[in-house]
Amino acid sequence: MSEHHDTPDVTSVTRRGFLKGFGTGTVATGLLSSTAVHEAMAAEKNGVLGPGEIPITLKVNGRNRQLNVEPRVTLLDALRNRLDTTGPKKVCDRGTCGACTVLLDGQPVYSCSMLAVEAEGRAITTVEGLGTPDKMNAVQQAFVKHDAQQCGFCTPGFVTAATAFVRKNPNATTDEICKGLGGNLCRCGTYAGMLLAVADATKAKGGV
Amino acid sequence: MASVNWPAAEKRSVIGKRIDRADGPAKSTGAAKYSYDVNRPGMLFAKLVWSPHAKAEVGNIDLSAAAALPGVKATWKDDLKDAQYVGQILAAVAAETEEIAVEAANLVKIDYKPTEHQVRDSDPALSKDKPSKKDTGNVDETFPKADVTVSGNYGIPVITHCCLEPHGQVTEIKDGELYVWPSTQNVSRYADRLGESADVPQNKIHVECQYMGGGFGSKFGYDKWGTIGAILSKQTGRAVKLMLDRDLELMIAGNRPSAFAKVKLGATKDGLVNAVETEVWGTGGTGGFNAPPVPYVFTKVPNTRITGMGIRTNRGGQRAWRAPNHPQGCYITMSAFADLAAELKMDELDFFLKNADQTDRAEVYKEELKIAAELIGYKQKAHPRGDKTPGPIKRGIGMSMHTWGGRGHPSECDVTINPDGSVEAKIGTQDLGVGTRTCIGQVVAETLGLPYGSVKVLIGKNEYPQSGASGGSTTIGGISTSSRMAATQALNEVFAKAAGRLGVEADTLVAQNGAIQAGDNAAKKLSWKEACAALGASPVTKRGVCVPGDAEKAGLISQGVGGVQMADVSVDVETGVVTINEMVAVQDCGLIINLKLAESQVFGALIMGVTYALYEEAVYDAKTGRMLNADMEFYRLAGIKDVGKLKVHMMTTPDYEKRGVIGLGEPPVISPGAAIANAVANACGVRVPSLPLTPDRVLAALAQKGGLA
Repeated sequence: MSEHHDTPDVTSVTRRGFLKGFGTGTVATGLLSSTAVHEAMAAEKNGVLGPGEIPITLKVNGRNRQLNVEPRVTLLDALRNRLDTTGPKKVCDRGTCGACTVLLDGQPVYSCSMLAVEAEGRAITTVEGLGTPDKMNAVQQAFVKHDAQQCGFCTPGFVTAATAFVRKNPNATTDEICKGLGGNLCRCGTYAGMLLAVADATKAKGGV
Repeated sequence: MASVNWPAAEKRSVIGKRIDRADGPAKSTGAAKYSYDVNRPGMLFAKLVWSPHAKAEVGNIDLSAAAALPGVKATWKDDLKDAQYVGQILAAVAAETEEIAVEAANLVKIDYKPTEHQVRDSDPALSKDKPSKKDTGNVDETFPKADVTVSGNYGIPVITHCCLEPHGQVTEIKDGELYVWPSTQNVSRYADRLGESADVPQNKIHVECQYMGGGFGSKFGYDKWGTIGAILSKQTGRAVKLMLDRDLELMIAGNRPSAFAKVKLGATKDGLVNAVETEVWGTGGTGGFNAPPVPYVFTKVPNTRITGMGIRTNRGGQRAWRAPNHPQGCYITMSAFADLAAELKMDELDFFLKNADQTDRAEVYKEELKIAAELIGYKQKAHPRGDKTPGPIKRGIGMSMHTWGGRGHPSECDVTINPDGSVEAKIGTQDLGVGTRTCIGQVVAETLGLPYGSVKVLIGKNEYPQSGASGGSTTIGGISTSSRMAATQALNEVFAKAAGRLGVEADTLVAQNGAIQAGDNAAKKLSWKEACAALGASPVTKRGVCVPGDAEKAGLISQGVGGVQMADVSVDVETGVVTINEMVAVQDCGLIINLKLAESQVFGALIMGVTYALYEEAVYDAKTGRMLNADMEFYRLAGIKDVGKLKVHMMTTPDYEKRGVIGLGEPPVISPGAAIANAVANACGVRVPSLPLTPDRVLAALAQKGGLA
């Protein structure tokens, strides 16, 4: 696995900035193998990334995370395999089930169907960024209250999608909720609780 | 002395209540770490290489190009010479990243010589096995004398488990110890013999599964990928994550056998079925076939004959799928019975009420049929077969009945009461999402007279006291008994000490409302903390053991339940699309530990039932032998808008509760296919013979009968 570390500063390091910095010898070394850097620098010249690893910075749940990925790495795999952010789940791995849903600048996306390099510079919010067991958001609280989960493997994707939906549709009807959550699938059969949960969170306007 | 018997309803403050799932917050926030989520330092990623042929001789397996790819750390190949189905695992690679592993797997070169395969299962002529036969009474003499006979064909295809968390594990062999984080339904015994492939003795294997993303009967043992993970970890000295990709998950990690049947029924003119003759065939993949029970539930029909014909196919092997063989037997039986009612022009509810006398629990079914009818508004909605109202949307109602055993499995539990009053329960069980963690906490809290939430529950490790596999609705009976017994014994130790402090006999003491008290005498009372302080310096730990036969005799658990479901559907006879308007489930399962979670289980079963009734089928191409829909676009699961309005009614009166605890995982998933299919027949006037009730099947059935009946 590629090494990575966190930076508390949200804005200071971008990939381009990093490469520029590297060129003048001002950036700390140890983050990259020299091969990868050369490949990355070459890529910068002709607009093609890779095929080797390149350094990127992903802003995940408010923190800048630096990592090296090959351009073929999906956002989902970067989160799960490189950053140990395992809330988003890998289920269908082709944009059908929604278990990998994350928010990109507030919009729900399937992270299995997007490359990590495409997510640079965007605000990525995973289910972990929406709340913690001690401080859940309104959707998460409603999921617990209405038992909208069994095995729970689809739950992070649903919670994330539902949070985005409720923010956009604070007065949604049941039909609208069904349409809004149509991009996610559950196997255990938790839709009954889910409908009640999202309806509950919908009424609690501004709670998410 | 505290008794292990379940407290009476009026004395219960935790058991039977609607208590939130203990791990709800962890699951809703992504804090819950599933086996797939375990990331170990220096962990490698493994990918499998599998046969693309349904049957082939396997020649040379060349791993050299894969092994030479930078980042690849280990390879493995099987010595198998014969591939029996598409997806059969033949080689594996482990690499620094998942992407490199995928690339390396594609570089493995395997020589195949394809041979003739067979994947079809809908034609009984394909059966080469000796048929199974079972006769009771005399069908040959009964049919000629029957007032009415009907014959019909019914089918239910192979479906897959489609667990959202695929099968697999993270394995790490370090300093001679093997650590494994599998997605499993059997924490205590998952690793039996797993160490053999890596020379690790059983006493050095550590299994942990805190959260798992669905099993439904398909995740008991470690499987071939478990062995491969151990070998790759042994080779590299590093942790290896090996989870099945979705296509492989659907092809080889869970197949429910199909069942196609030709059924003939004989009955009296007032609708009492007296003869059932069935020929049933289907496939369990490369393995054998057990004929599903027909007639199902109506086991007292005096004259029956069933002939079972197994069809061996070059498909991934069968695995237990919730209530093995029951959904198939139920669908075939209830469809044939409803067709007989239609032939007699008898009201379907009256017909099933009448034939309930031919079941093992007539009174339960009759009561449940009446409750279900009330809840769904049967009287207002019922009509003879074929909705005669104008327009293309036809509405219908149908029903089904089911049964299951559900007796608890062997289970052991340690309960520790500390001198500071804190309490801990340890069981080597697992929570598949049914609420096992929560229920253990409830039973121990109730037993000790403490509020829910005051007990720390530890599960999911094989180092904890052994508990059975979670299959066949056996978990709740096992863990509720072992935790009740352990807590009771530990409490009696506290009573013995507290009795001295209070100057009373220990057998007068009761634990309730966070205190220990002598009977009704409030003057002789210690708070829970004070009572536990009397233990002195040593915590007390007691082990409770559920021996199922003994627990059943003691009235803690029992087995054998009945359930009734009804469905209200609309069928668009121009497009063939079936829509679920409403479903009702009425279910008995003895004493319910957590009403909220029990209802969730039944809601979930209804939804899973809608999915297999309307959408699910593993579609195989006869020519190539490949599964055509090994993905989640075309192996469809119901979405939130597909399931209609659902109502669940649990039987909780004292007559049911006095039976003790009975499992609930299987029963409610048995009937939905039959109830929905009967509703569709009632709506459009023709029997759609095979599930799933897809538009093409509905339109074909209508066309065959020359349009609406």
